[in-house]
Amino acid sequence: MSVDQEMDSGRRTLLLATSAAGGIAAVATAVPFVASLTPSERAKAAGAPVEADIGKLAPGEMMTVEWRGKPVWILRRTPEMLASLDKTEDKVSDPASDKPMQPEYAKNKFRSIKPEYLVTVGICTHLGCSPSDKFKVGAEGGMGADWPGGFLCPCHGSQFDLAGRVYKSMPAPDNLEIPPHKYLADTTILVGDDGKA
Amino acid sequence: MTTKSQAVLNWIDERFPLTSSIKGHLTEYYAPKNFNFWYFFGSLALMVLVIQIVTGIFLVMHYKPDASLNAAGVPVAFASVEYIMRDVPGGWIIRYLHSTGASAFFIVVYLHMFRGLLYGSYRKPRELIWIFGTLIFLALMAEAFMGYLLPWGQMSYWGAQVIVNLFSAIPVIGPDLSLVIRGDYVVSDATLNRFFSFHVIAVPLVLIGLVAAHIVALHEVGSNNPDGVEIKKKKDSSGKPLDGIPFHPYYTVKDIVGVVAFLFFFSAVVFFAPEGGGYFLEFNNFIPADPLKTPPHIAPVWYFTPFYSILRAVTYPLFGLDAKFWGVVAMGASVVIIAFLPWLDRSPVKSIRYKGPVFKTALVVFVICFFILGYLGVLPPTPGRTLVSQICSVLYFAFFLLMPWYSQLDKCKPEPERVNFK
Repeated sequence: MSVDQEMDSGRRTLLLATSAAGGIAAVATAVPFVASLTPSERAKAAGAPVEADIGKLAPGEMMTVEWRGKPVWILRRTPEMLASLDKTEDKVSDPASDKPMQPEYAKNKFRSIKPEYLVTVGICTHLGCSPSDKFKVGAEGGMGADWPGGFLCPCHGSQFDLAGRVYKSMPAPDNLEIPPHKYLADTTILVGDDGKA
Repeated sequence: MTTKSQAVLNWIDERFPLTSSIKGHLTEYYAPKNFNFWYFFGSLALMVLVIQIVTGIFLVMHYKPDASLNAAGVPVAFASVEYIMRDVPGGWIIRYLHSTGASAFFIVVYLHMFRGLLYGSYRKPRELIWIFGTLIFLALMAEAFMGYLLPWGQMSYWGAQVIVNLFSAIPVIGPDLSLVIRGDYVVSDATLNRFFSFHVIAVPLVLIGLVAAHIVALHEVGSNNPDGVEIKKKKDSSGKPLDGIPFHPYYTVKDIVGVVAFLFFFSAVVFFAPEGGGYFLEFNNFIPADPLKTPPHIAPVWYFTPFYSILRAVTYPLFGLDAKFWGVVAMGASVVIIAFLPWLDRSPVKSIRYKGPVFKTALVVFVICFFILGYLGVLPPTPGRTLVSQICSVLYFAFFLLMPWYSQLDKCKPEPERVNFK
């Protein structure tokens, strides 16, 4: 086509319209492909609540149950452990649990329903490693002389107290997550369902 | 050539540019005659790519991307790698060739990139070659990262967990993005299968396309050389560069020498130290993935550690965003910034041979920082190490960001008219 030929504006309009329609169709076609990358119905259903029998848990002991593929810790805290939370009060970054990392009923000093039992997701809020328990008090556990007991993430060194509250100036930005849970009986906890929404 | 085979060749050439392609890319592609040791690593990278593709094809015949537990309580994927190692005839060597090949790939590519830094191979008119190269490096990192999940060991699992969680640090879209990458709320079977798909299909296709573009762009403008002068400026009466020699046979023969030397070292590792002292295959990865228990110390494979150190070095929140987010930004920037070198270097000469003391010092400091960052990346962090990695990270970026200033400041020697060749 030579340059001096007049442009056929009707054809140009048709060309633009069909290109736009084809483009929209191409983008629309991407929808099922992107959707296929999101969690499947089965993965969503796998979030079913799990029951934990805490009857055999001695004071100071911790057990782990698997919920949604993540470790959930149930720690039966001793009176000394609970007392240590007063000492860490001014060392942790969110002592009053103002950030919504727990259900409303666990927004208290102990971050639990019953002070004795801490139920928390054992996944560091930094990059998803599972912290190790460092319950030994003082220098004995290798955490320094004034260590009151808590958790240490092996990946990037974040420290948490015995209520899962993160210390100040740590890589982890938030306290450990408290999952929705409720007591079915005195010695049975249901993790993942609290009977509310 | 006999008339019959000539006739066959003519028949093909009328339908496909066979002879002209061979001439254009091999027998009449003129490369500078002064290539030295550093010019082995491009062709070696190509060879390692072939090793990875061939061994990969055979591994896929026996490997199973399945995170469910078998009757013995071991994840099927982990068990299938053990099966390859113990029961498949020749399986162990194919797998060690592949796992050693991954580390060899990065050694060769790092040396290849360093060559570019030495001789200014990224400068005009080779900017696109350099950008394609940076993209190849990025694709290679993605390929290596996803491949590392497949054995489904402890390091596979927790390494992927940490890196995928990095994306959740991005404001607004982050949490959904990491969910889409994993396909589940944690690293799981869904993640394993999609990483397998990307590792064996998607990323290799992209890699091969980028390598083709890298070479086509190179053959369009011609290779740089240790003197950094354009051989195309001086041509003989027939239009051939005076300082050029045909790639084939001269450099094909030279590169075969490089291949032999490389295979000597490569085979030694495959046969005598396939774990590379815990650096090529980390010891924790011989333990099946356990989603409930993180190993006491997590470190990425050695080739990622310089960038991982930069990630960890960022410990200050800024503009109301977490340090975690800025760490991710710094790590991404530390790779992407490489692509901008052609526009950062304002030196009047290309090659280190004619550059002055300022640039040479900067390059030495940069290389030292890169090694220190790499070393610190395999160690658990302590306050002292974090400080060192912060200093090295700043120097790493300073090498690039201050280059427009210090490369002009330098006292360079004049470039020669023709290449030096003894």
